[in-house]
Amino acid sequence: MASEVLLWQALNQAMDVEMEADDSVFTFGEDVALYGGSYRVTENLYAKYGEWRVRDTPISEGSFTGLGVGAAMIGLRPVVEIMTVNFALLALDAIINMAAKIPFMSGGQFPMPLVVRMPGGVAKQLAAQHSQRLEHTLMNVPGLRIATPATPQDAWWQLRQAIQSNEPIILLEHELLYFSKGKLDTAMEAIPMHRAVVRREGRDLTLISYSRTSLLAWQAADRLAAEGIEAEVIDLRGLSPIDWDTCAASLGKTHRLLVVEEDCGFAGAGAEIAATLAERCFYDLDAPVRRHAGLDIPTPYNGTLEAASIPTVSSIMAAARQLALEGVDA
Amino acid sequence: MKRNTLVAMLRDMLLARAFEERAAREYTRGNIAGFLHLYPGEEAVAVGVLHAAEPSDYVVSTYREHVHALVRGVPPGKVMAELFGRRDGCSGGMGGSMHLFDRERRFMGGYAIVGETYPVSIGIAYGIAMRELPEAVICFFGDGAVNQGTFHESLNMAALWKLPVLFVCENNRYQIGTEIHRHSAVTEVYKRACGYRIPAERINGMDVMDVYKATQSALQRIREGTGPQFLEIETYRFRGHSMADPGSYRPKVEVQAFQDEDPVTVVLEETVPDYPSAEHLSAIGKDNIEHLSGHIHREGFLSADQVERMRREIADTVENAVQFALNSPEPSMTDALAALHSNRGQEVLI
Ligand SMILES: Cc1ncc(C[n+]2csc(CCOP(=O)(O)OP(=O)(O)O)c2C)c(N)n1
Ligand SMILES: [Mg+2]
Repeated sequence: MASEVLLWQALNQAMDVEMEADDSVFTFGEDVALYGGSYRVTENLYAKYGEWRVRDTPISEGSFTGLGVGAAMIGLRPVVEIMTVNFALLALDAIINMAAKIPFMSGGQFPMPLVVRMPGGVAKQLAAQHSQRLEHTLMNVPGLRIATPATPQDAWWQLRQAIQSNEPIILLEHELLYFSKGKLDTAMEAIPMHRAVVRREGRDLTLISYSRTSLLAWQAADRLAAEGIEAEVIDLRGLSPIDWDTCAASLGKTHRLLVVEEDCGFAGAGAEIAATLAERCFYDLDAPVRRHAGLDIPTPYNGTLEAASIPTVSSIMAAARQLALEGVDA
Repeated sequence: MKRNTLVAMLRDMLLARAFEERAAREYTRGNIAGFLHLYPGEEAVAVGVLHAAEPSDYVVSTYREHVHALVRGVPPGKVMAELFGRRDGCSGGMGGSMHLFDRERRFMGGYAIVGETYPVSIGIAYGIAMRELPEAVICFFGDGAVNQGTFHESLNMAALWKLPVLFVCENNRYQIGTEIHRHSAVTEVYKRACGYRIPAERINGMDVMDVYKATQSALQRIREGTGPQFLEIETYRFRGHSMADPGSYRPKVEVQAFQDEDPVTVVLEETVPDYPSAEHLSAIGKDNIEHLSGHIHREGFLSADQVERMRREIADTVENAVQFALNSPEPSMTDALAALHSNRGQEVLI
């Protein structure tokens, strides 16, 4: 039951299992059917389930996401694939004004079992229009839930949980993680969808992150151990809601917090995390909360500049080192 | 048609093919990264349309826009340097393959979000109309792009306010892997313009002379102040959607059938094994640039030797472009920030 798989395969299996179990689950998006999805997530599903349940769409993000909203209102369970986060900007009306509002505006008459999956983040020199991150915008919308799977196991669990949920859920997948390998145990009982996970224990400081940067933070922490710095690493696994208790418990132990994110720092997810934990854990902290985020700049095409615009393992290590020593008398 | 026009178009088609095939090679060598969308097969569209345009017209294009930029006169070295992400690229290394800009040549950008070229175009056209200038905007987009909401919204406004826009659909029958009859209820794209009472016609995009003539008369009507015009130009891309796409969803026979109509004879250096080999291609014969160069021959405009010389010059031009790109430095983060705040000037903000 446990096997090593790539993250896209975990998502693919999750889709298959849910579609098999419930014929109200269907998926659509650009090139998801014949082509099998840009990142192979829907591979083979068209052959198995046919065109009504696996549909190639025109390039009409606004309307096909809206179609998902309508279908969800009558109890279907649409899984919309938006080819990348960048194109979700065209679907924001459907997501924000419709999916997130209809259950509320109707006084609870309509469920919204809608899943919108979208790959995003900075990949490899895709330039400014194709390197967007969208968490800042989506987090600010009450009524939406956001999951950010970084491992195959989480991808498997969270996609299935999202499909089974009656709330609108955005899955922010990272373009560089689809072909990363990890363990998948399909029999293991799932943890709650938005529970944060301590990836690595430590006593000196806490690194809180999500998606791909949580893996970078984990690597940074492993290397810092060689220098005698023990960092605790938390993967939030989602951004709305956020599991503050797990974070606060960690700060009660380490007393130092570094938030790491790939998105631009200004008004991003990290700002929310830092503010909430500073409010809640102020008396636990030995140093100001620090943020290590992407630069506030559109992503340059040039590869060197692109790499310099987001956190890397070594830049995380540097920020962590500095925080570990902050206020400590030499 | 005039000798000079034909010869200039032949030169640009050959340059387009050679440049793109070299870009493919530089991509596999690691000098170019990200998404690289190439144009072989479609040359007659950009070349025919843009040769019929005036330097004072504006051009708005997509992510598959290297050739549009080249034909517009952006120096090949500056285009190649941009693909390499270098400081001397036409966008300073910030934009890359999908975001070529050249203000001086009124090349208003390559846009990578499908459906963005329409609103930008009608905005420019609005300014032209407001000032009553004799200029026009040429708005390129693919067959897949006509299902974006902005298509309908922009066509309506263009027609409503009689804006000087030439809408040019480069119909290569595919939206990445989705064939036109699977993405559009009406596959004769030009018919959609009727809904907005925009005069539209369908042109064979494998014949550069047809494209040229149709564009010329469309632009003339636009300059007479009658509002937008629409051309659907039927074409085909020989390669995959981008270098990341082997294009294996297309039947081989289909690819071959279109390559029979190849508007350019320069032999493909296929990196994609599924495609017909270079030998195979040249054996096929009947192709459209041969058609154009044959025409040029018959008219006595150029000898075979002269065409050969032209090819050699173009090979040198492309080689020099690569050298120019390689010799250009990388931009710095200071350059990047300067680009970000380029419009700020001395404004006091806080
Ligand atoms: C809004 C948006 N959705 C999806 C994409 C991804 N995408 C890039 S090109 C493309 C197909 C476009 O097809 P077409 O308009 O026919 O142009 P072609 O590439 O064939 O020239 C898609 C779906 C995008 N860039 N923008
Ligand atoms: Mg197309």
